[in-house]
Amino acid sequence: MSKISRRKLITTGLAAAAGASGLGVAAKLAGRYGLIPPDAGGLWGAGETLTYAAQRILTRHSMAREFARSQISKVPFANDVDPLGEEFQRLQAGAFADWRLAVDGMVARPASFSLAELKTFPSHTQITMIQCEEGWSYIAEWSGVPLSHIFGLVGTLPKVRYVVYRSFQRGWWESIDMADALHPQTLLTLGMNGGELPVAFGGPLRMRVPRQLGYKNVKYITSLTLTDNLKRFGKGLGSASPEGGYAWYAGI
Amino acid sequence: MRMGDSVASWTSASPAADTILPPRHAALVRVTHWLITLSFLALLLSGVEILISHPRFYWGETGNSKTTPLFTIPIPSSRGTVPTGYGYVLPDQNGWSRYLHFQSAWLAVGTGLLYVAFGFFQGHFRRNLLPARSDLSVRGIASVIAGHLRFRRPSEEETWSYNVLQRLTYLLVIFVLFPLVIWTGLAMSPAVVSAIPAAVNILGGQQSARTLHFFVSGFLVLFLLVHVLMVLLSGFRNRMRAMITGRAASRMEGA
Repeated sequence: MSKISRRKLITTGLAAAAGASGLGVAAKLAGRYGLIPPDAGGLWGAGETLTYAAQRILTRHSMAREFARSQISKVPFANDVDPLGEEFQRLQAGAFADWRLAVDGMVARPASFSLAELKTFPSHTQITMIQCEEGWSYIAEWSGVPLSHIFGLVGTLPKVRYVVYRSFQRGWWESIDMADALHPQTLLTLGMNGGELPVAFGGPLRMRVPRQLGYKNVKYITSLTLTDNLKRFGKGLGSASPEGGYAWYAGI
Repeated sequence: MRMGDSVASWTSASPAADTILPPRHAALVRVTHWLITLSFLALLLSGVEILISHPRFYWGETGNSKTTPLFTIPIPSSRGTVPTGYGYVLPDQNGWSRYLHFQSAWLAVGTGLLYVAFGFFQGHFRRNLLPARSDLSVRGIASVIAGHLRFRRPSEEETWSYNVLQRLTYLLVIFVLFPLVIWTGLAMSPAVVSAIPAAVNILGGQQSARTLHFFVSGFLVLFLLVHVLMVLLSGFRNRMRAMITGRAASRMEGA
């Protein structure tokens, strides 16, 4: 073995050792700063963790693009939803007067709000794009209550790290981290394009998370649970999406 | 002898049978070549799967099944909401396709950065890919093209070095197509463009980014096809061996 190849061997060995311990340190730091997604285990864990961590570092305080009124899509598109059932029809017939949003989990004062109550809270309006993971999109004006306003009302405990939200549609539930939950553009959406939010677009109440794809923007929201640990929900992967084979984080 | 030394130093070496030849391709080039191959094929497969869920393309910021497309790909879709003209809907494969697409993208980007760093610091780009000024004439390039069109066998020198057309093509793929496909991909991400709005605004909108991503991918596939075809035509065994073990065929072996 020549001198150079021995030197090379030592250098490569040192580089590998440094790389391995570097990875260990990186994993520890990522865990501490909340950069590991709940679906980080398994075959796709490496890619998902890199994507979530990189985008979280890049976007912690960034604002989703907002558009001019003239850019609002004249023909918005909504995916079909499964029939919502008799109970939903009953609520709809009553103009959703009996619709409730329950808030529980790690909060000082669990609460339940009617739509009328939500409408008395400070409203935020934004013109943002909604993008489906399939590739299509539209722009609309959305108005509603910033999710962070609800946190003030119920008194979130300091350890809260995620917000779980559930749909009236059975089996539909999602969750977001606090960077998105506290984000000023994250809305409990009540209105669209100047009117009530149509049922086809998630009315009476839809979660808008404009920095993530459509499937995080769950329709027909009925409850929120604040938590420090997603392992307790469903199969422990963070939301219904990873249980159905889709990534928990949908910033791309 | 240093890895990746020039042809001249090899040809001037003693032609004894036991002379240790420098590898045709440096070890790092060989390893990164196959990692990129793996990640590109995974990106291609998953990209096609994702495309099937909405095989329509638009220009500007938005587009959906209710707006006029720029063009459509005449294939069935994995979503019933897309008007394709086919009477059936393919199964949804987007979950694992999206996981695979982004995981492979990280592998491709990481490998690519390693390769580019090596290319600059070890002189790989300067020595092996930068065309000689004398070759950069219309006549020089035309003569290489003419040689290809006549199916002229590559010269002994071309076993050890790239001709001007190869050099320009590889530079285009490395420094234009790959950066563009990464950029247009990231420009579709609502989170990334919230931090860097210019990434999508320059391209003319989110749907424009998607359409450009499709075309740049198409050029990369075209490169892949021609690349594999040229390897087949110029001697599959020798070229594969050069890219796997680093050994190139030489006159001494009667190649």
